Amino acid sequence: MAIQEKCRIEDHKQVGPRHYKLTLASQYLASHAQPGQFVNVRCCETSDPLLRRPISLHRIDAQKGMIELLYEVVGRGTELLSKKPVGQELDLLGPLGAGFKIDPAKKIHLMAGGGMGIAPLRALAEQVTGRGSRVAGQAVYILIGAKNKESLIGEDELRKTTDQVQTATDDGSAGKKGVVTDLLLDFLDSQLSVTSYPLSVIYACGPRLMLKAVAEIARQKKIDCQLSLEERMACGIGACKGCPVKTVSGYKMVCKDGPVFDAKELVWN
Amino acid sequence: MELAGIELKNPVMVASGTFGWGREYADYLDLNKLGAIVTKSITLLPREGNPPPRIVETPSGMLNSIGLQNEGLDYFLKEDLPFLAKFATPLIVNIAGESAEEYAELAKRLSRETAVKGIEVNISCPNVKKGGMAFGVDAGLTKEVIAAVKKATSQPIIAKLTPNVTDITVIGQAAVDAGADALSAINTLVGMAIDIETGGSRLGTLTGGLSGPAIKPVAVRMVYELARAVNVPVIGIGGIMSGGDAAEFLLAGAQAVEVGTANFVDTAAPLRILAELNDHVHRHPRALNLS
Repeated sequence: MAIQEKCRIEDHKQVGPRHYKLTLASQYLASHAQPGQFVNVRCCETSDPLLRRPISLHRIDAQKGMIELLYEVVGRGTELLSKKPVGQELDLLGPLGAGFKIDPAKKIHLMAGGGMGIAPLRALAEQVTGRGSRVAGQAVYILIGAKNKESLIGEDELRKTTDQVQTATDDGSAGKKGVVTDLLLDFLDSQLSVTSYPLSVIYACGPRLMLKAVAEIARQKKIDCQLSLEERMACGIGACKGCPVKTVSGYKMVCKDGPVFDAKELVWN
Repeated sequence: MELAGIELKNPVMVASGTFGWGREYADYLDLNKLGAIVTKSITLLPREGNPPPRIVETPSGMLNSIGLQNEGLDYFLKEDLPFLAKFATPLIVNIAGESAEEYAELAKRLSRETAVKGIEVNISCPNVKKGGMAFGVDAGLTKEVIAAVKKATSQPIIAKLTPNVTDITVIGQAAVDAGADALSAINTLVGMAIDIETGGSRLGTLTGGLSGPAIKPVAVRMVYELARAVNVPVIGIGGIMSGGDAAEFLLAGAQAVEVGTANFVDTAAPLRILAELNDHVHRHPRALNLS
């Protein structure tokens, strides 16, 4: 069950050109949230900008009672958010939506993040690996794509969860020159045997075109695939019907039925 | 308090389309404490709704183009009504159709349900190709729809009016003449937002309905005009975010209010607004002569 509560800002750091990491105290969220879920954040107390901003959970630490959000300033809401000082309280609604489903039968976890799409993958990687301590037989590979070196955020931190991290940038300023789907195809073809495809699962988060390409790769290779979508939202709880995504069974709501969907469910146009 | 034959718990209700079918908010606030629950619009047959994006934020407001997505009357009666019937709060079902006959059929079938205490007739949705606002901008068509609903039900009827008209009192009077027991105003204002990078609409459709604090002054003015023109109660809607906003509508002549877009921002909005309104009335007993 989600709740609306005021959470104290414990830490708030700039980690990239327009990127911030926000640590909030909430025993409730930290104990109840699942990787892939999000919180709807009120960025100001006035009516402009009016709506909350949905931001995925980057880390969920039940022991410390803390959650972390990793976000990029893309408009006035996130701009105002980035100015919030440590000690102030933020009005959060969460945990919301359906997160990633971790299937115990899968042994190889491929996580692909494009741009800020890496944000929920940290929480997911920590969950799969048992928060850092290696779980026998589970392999986590993280593939990150970004525009350039500066916007390649969170790589070092992701390396704490697995030593299998590969990166690509559009301009080649860090990692391989190319996009994250190049890394994925390369990995599937050269580092994974076809016989291990049924034991594998792809989780991806990023821009729509990237997700569409990942879904197509997963379909061709017959690998299970979960995609975390983004859409403009108002309520965040399934009431306003404002964030639809086309699926094989009609429109579903990104906020309530997602944001994580099985790739086979989605209809791309 | 009584309004047009409906026994409201208090003057603060929730506005159609902003509170789902109640269930969505049940975890966040006590539905028993609301003045009334007004459902999202229900149509005879299921409606898929409009293509995305359906939401755009605008200064102190938002444009929506949902397109009346809902599962249809049968689904509502089977899946949502039993849940809503559990609460002591009066239930007002909002209906929308493409013809007077459809509205009448909806009203007729909903009247058989004892849990339904009133019917709000949506003749003001700007986001559908057929019906909706097309009725509410024309006095003759307004009369036709309301008269058909009146004939089909003995439940109190609230006509929900559109602000996208030259003179809202003409439409309001037409609705009253045809048998409306109350009026609610306003629905959203038709608006547009253009993406300056692509040159296209920022919504999946060309236009949408503007709601939120940005429309409050327009709504207050129209409620003021209506309250002086008709002899039935007026329910004020439009950008109410605080108890002070609600008081403004009551001062303009509304007997109750519906809280809409605020529900998206604050899940406790209606009850917070009610508490603030009560506090305001307490501090200004003469400004608001309320029972």
